[in-house]
Amino acid sequence: MQSDTSALALILTADPTLLAIVRLSLIVSLSAVAVAALIGLPLGALIALTRFRGREGVVVLLNALMGLPPVVVGLAVYLLLSRSGPLGPLGLLFTPAAMIAAQTILVTPIIAALARQTIEDLWTEYHDELTAMNVGPLHRIATLIWDGRFSLIVALLAGFGRAAAEVGAIIIVGGNIDGFTRTMTTAIALETSKGDLPLAIGLGMVLIAIVVVINAAAWFLRRAGERLAR
Amino acid sequence: MRAMPADLPIRFEDVSISAGAVTVLDRLSLAILPGAPTVLIGPNGSGKTTLLRVAMGLMRSSAGRVTWDGVADAPPFRRAIVFQRPVMLRRSVEANIRYALKAAHIAKDRHDARLAELLSLVGLDGMASRPARKLSGGEQQRLALARALARDPSVLFLDEPTASLDPASTKAIEDIIRAVATRGVKVVMATHDLGEARRLAGDIVFLHRGRIVETSDALAFFASPQTAEARTFLAGELLL
Repeated sequence: MQSDTSALALILTADPTLLAIVRLSLIVSLSAVAVAALIGLPLGALIALTRFRGREGVVVLLNALMGLPPVVVGLAVYLLLSRSGPLGPLGLLFTPAAMIAAQTILVTPIIAALARQTIEDLWTEYHDELTAMNVGPLHRIATLIWDGRFSLIVALLAGFGRAAAEVGAIIIVGGNIDGFTRTMTTAIALETSKGDLPLAIGLGMVLIAIVVVINAAAWFLRRAGERLAR
Repeated sequence: MRAMPADLPIRFEDVSISAGAVTVLDRLSLAILPGAPTVLIGPNGSGKTTLLRVAMGLMRSSAGRVTWDGVADAPPFRRAIVFQRPVMLRRSVEANIRYALKAAHIAKDRHDARLAELLSLVGLDGMASRPARKLSGGEQQRLALARALARDPSVLFLDEPTASLDPASTKAIEDIIRAVATRGVKVVMATHDLGEARRLAGDIVFLHRGRIVETSDALAFFASPQTAEARTFLAGELLL
């Protein structure tokens, strides 16, 4: 009970440590989702609209990658970025950039797989009309992404949810360095193990609030958009 | 009035389409010429929709040859089709038409004028900002017609354009078809509705089991059909 009160006090007094952790968490997760969207949306569209040998295998693999274990991704990125790894000279290990890279790897398959499904369903519906209108390939992709935008927002939200809640990968490649790579999830893990429950609970409350607020905003955006466009 | 339309005549030379063991079109030869609407009639499964899709260039024949003004594989720049259940893009009425104008590479400075003209032609003025998917079935058909006409087609294919519509919506669609045909656009239409065929057709193509059984001037066809199949069909009896 006392921990809960202290946690609320940290939030209400805008504790600088707590704010810095929240800020870094949002930067890392939103950056990862943005990069993953840039890769995943066109990739999903490409797989949805093209037919090639082994396509079904690619779809199964993409779906399977949605369940990538974060610690395994963290380990792989760690090996790539460690001093003796192929990308070691870049000096990115234990930086926010490494955390963004790890989360991008986790989020891209989620966005790509969900986008592929959304765009493929829409393509089945639009195929005859767009073909009859002689719409070119790039214009088709743009049309399908635009007309599927409200469903694709859900794909981005799923990606953000994965990134925001993830701890295994970023703790390995970020190192949980105080004031530099400490995010909400890594801080919660650390503070809980240290017995500093107020900060852990406070961060947990903020994390849940952020996820709820972003999902609610996206839901209202989707509803408003559907009223206008459908 | 338009001069000799591009893409016409459309010639089918011994065209067959097979789907597995089923023959959908069977060695079909036909010339679609400029002039009054050509109406395809025949029982379900006779090949009307497939014929329209091949004529539009949406399907390739398994055998035989199709040419548009003498050219095989001519891209559909001057052809347009309205499907039996047209799909509305998830945007407004206006945006649907603008999309078609853009896809048809109509100069952008002409878009506003064409939009107003098309909305007026199909009777959707005042509905430009409505979401297309919230229109009634008849309104959606009229929007699909406007979208097809945005391509400034020389040939317009219509697949059962008034199926499932109430009489008022059917009349609205038929009026648009007449207006379009009067402007020189060749209309090729499939219908189940013999009354509609009588009202609109300049000539009739009667299909059964993927074959053309009879082609004729519409008045002559309805007055004195030449084949037993056509007589059976016009009598409203089941044609097996």
